[in-house]
Amino acid sequence: MIELEGLTKRFGSKIAVDHLSCQVRPGIVTGFLGPNGAGKSTTMRMMLDLDNPTSGTVRIDGKHYRELQEPLKYIGALLDAKAMHGGRSAYNNLLCLAQSNRIPSSRVDEVLDMVGLSAVAKKKSKGFSLGMGQRLGIASALLGDPEILMFDEPVNGLDPEGIHWIRNLMKALASEGRTIFVSSHLMSEMALTADHLIVIGQGKLLADTSMADFIQENSRSYARLRSPQQERLRDVLHQEGFTVVETAGGVLEIDGATTEELGELAARHQLVLHELSSQRASLEEAFMQMTAGSVEYHAHSERDPAAEPPVVGAGWGESWNKPEGTDRTDGKGA
Amino acid sequence: MTTPATPQAHQQAPDAGPPGPYESPIPIRPATLGDAVASEWTKIRSVRATIWTLGVMVVLMLTIGLGTALLVATDGGTLANDPVLGLGFFGVLLGSICVITLGVLTIGSEYSTGMIRTTLTACPSRGRVLAAKAIVFSSLAFTVTTVTATVVAGLQNLILDGAPASADDWLRGTVGIGLYIAALGLLALGIGAIVRHSAGAITIMIGVVLLPLVLALFMFADSLRGVQRFLIDYSIPNQIGGLYGTTMTSTGPSGWEPLLLMLCVAAAALGGAVAILNRRDV
Repeated sequence: MIELEGLTKRFGSKIAVDHLSCQVRPGIVTGFLGPNGAGKSTTMRMMLDLDNPTSGTVRIDGKHYRELQEPLKYIGALLDAKAMHGGRSAYNNLLCLAQSNRIPSSRVDEVLDMVGLSAVAKKKSKGFSLGMGQRLGIASALLGDPEILMFDEPVNGLDPEGIHWIRNLMKALASEGRTIFVSSHLMSEMALTADHLIVIGQGKLLADTSMADFIQENSRSYARLRSPQQERLRDVLHQEGFTVVETAGGVLEIDGATTEELGELAARHQLVLHELSSQRASLEEAFMQMTAGSVEYHAHSERDPAAEPPVVGAGWGESWNKPEGTDRTDGKGA
Repeated sequence: MTTPATPQAHQQAPDAGPPGPYESPIPIRPATLGDAVASEWTKIRSVRATIWTLGVMVVLMLTIGLGTALLVATDGGTLANDPVLGLGFFGVLLGSICVITLGVLTIGSEYSTGMIRTTLTACPSRGRVLAAKAIVFSSLAFTVTTVTATVVAGLQNLILDGAPASADDWLRGTVGIGLYIAALGLLALGIGAIVRHSAGAITIMIGVVLLPLVLALFMFADSLRGVQRFLIDYSIPNQIGGLYGTTMTSTGPSGWEPLLLMLCVAAAALGGAVAILNRRDV
């Protein structure tokens, strides 16, 4: 269990992480999402006591990181894969970490075998490919067989095989009752691995919910209709009070309607349908919608007296906003 | 080199999650400074820089030490009134640059490779990491310097006759030199930890060794006489000379004083480094 409480990090006048409070619970994969520059890595670095928070605390099983005597046995982290000395062999890179935490050297062979690097254990890590470097980083995270595992963008730069491997590994680790905390800026990746989501934008907490709830709350569900009698169909729908959006290829999209009621409606009016399906916006769209909201909030901040002081982008947002008029909220959802 | 691992890993990986459930089978025993020292020993012996810098130092000390002795031997035969031990000075002065380099690299390479993040994640106590590095590096530098200095001094005394040297002279010219160079290396380690940049720290350290003498050369004015004297007296070459009993001036530190001085400076640098590391983001 990792608990963040009012975690704040300020670099000069820029707030990287802004009063972040949340919990990372054991036994599940928690996805940590945000666009680039949202403060994900800074948060993870503060969790590991690499950066000092401006204010707020991080507790790991109730303790501050610096109080952990053998931290590798509590928490294993992959921050960036290349955080190893390239002139040292894979085995020695892991051995020196193991020794500092009193982990027996036999465990080094075990984790190398686990990530499939046994054959190159004696090779210098400098010559490793991106995927191999990533595996070595994961081996170092698994070294202490820790209860908590943290991965920062683990699939970055990996080939499909590697991505598949990491995905399964994370699920397997979580099923053993471990706490898995994984960051990403790819929502589609999270959809396949995470059970719980923590979303941040510009350092602020935007969502802390289960994956299912997140989709429910943030994605638009709509029905898709296609008919050769499109004109009539549209009139009928208007009469019934549905909002119809016409998209490319003569497809009608109707928000907030079930396929049952639409099908029955069409039958009553004897309309031929070529397509009737219920659609759900992808997770990626939901994520974009949510983070777009956080950007919009800042762009409007000069008008809103209660808002945070304007950030760098505020001036740009304002000048863009003026000629466009006031109806820009419409455009965002599409 | 990159190909063999991938397919193999792909096949075995999905079900290869560690067998340990929630509770790890690995016993938790409290880690101590000794474990950190073992870790640092693995680090220093598993990189090439160690062999290179120390190897070059040994070669420099041997060739320069024997070279000067042989030169004097073919020239005149004896050193008359000077102790033969003092001839080791030139080799040690050049060799010290190698120890400085290794001292800086011991911490600087962690920053340049990003390893420092992994290191401090594994051992969050900055003081313990730095202490372990200091212990491992200084022991290694001390051993290599002392052994080489002793061998050089022995050979020089076989080749040449000179003024008789006391047991204390011998101790200072071997163990004393080893300790002094190790302390100089510790200063380099402290500077390396503070500036976090290998090339920058090595430049600073070479400046520390050479600049006082170079500056003193240009101080012709009478009003600067005092400063000039101070710079020469306390310059590192003159301090090494002090240990050998062959100083340029008679007012500078002599006997065991240079060692004490360098140990204090190194301790201050390392103490400062720990304080800064504790406060600073990695």
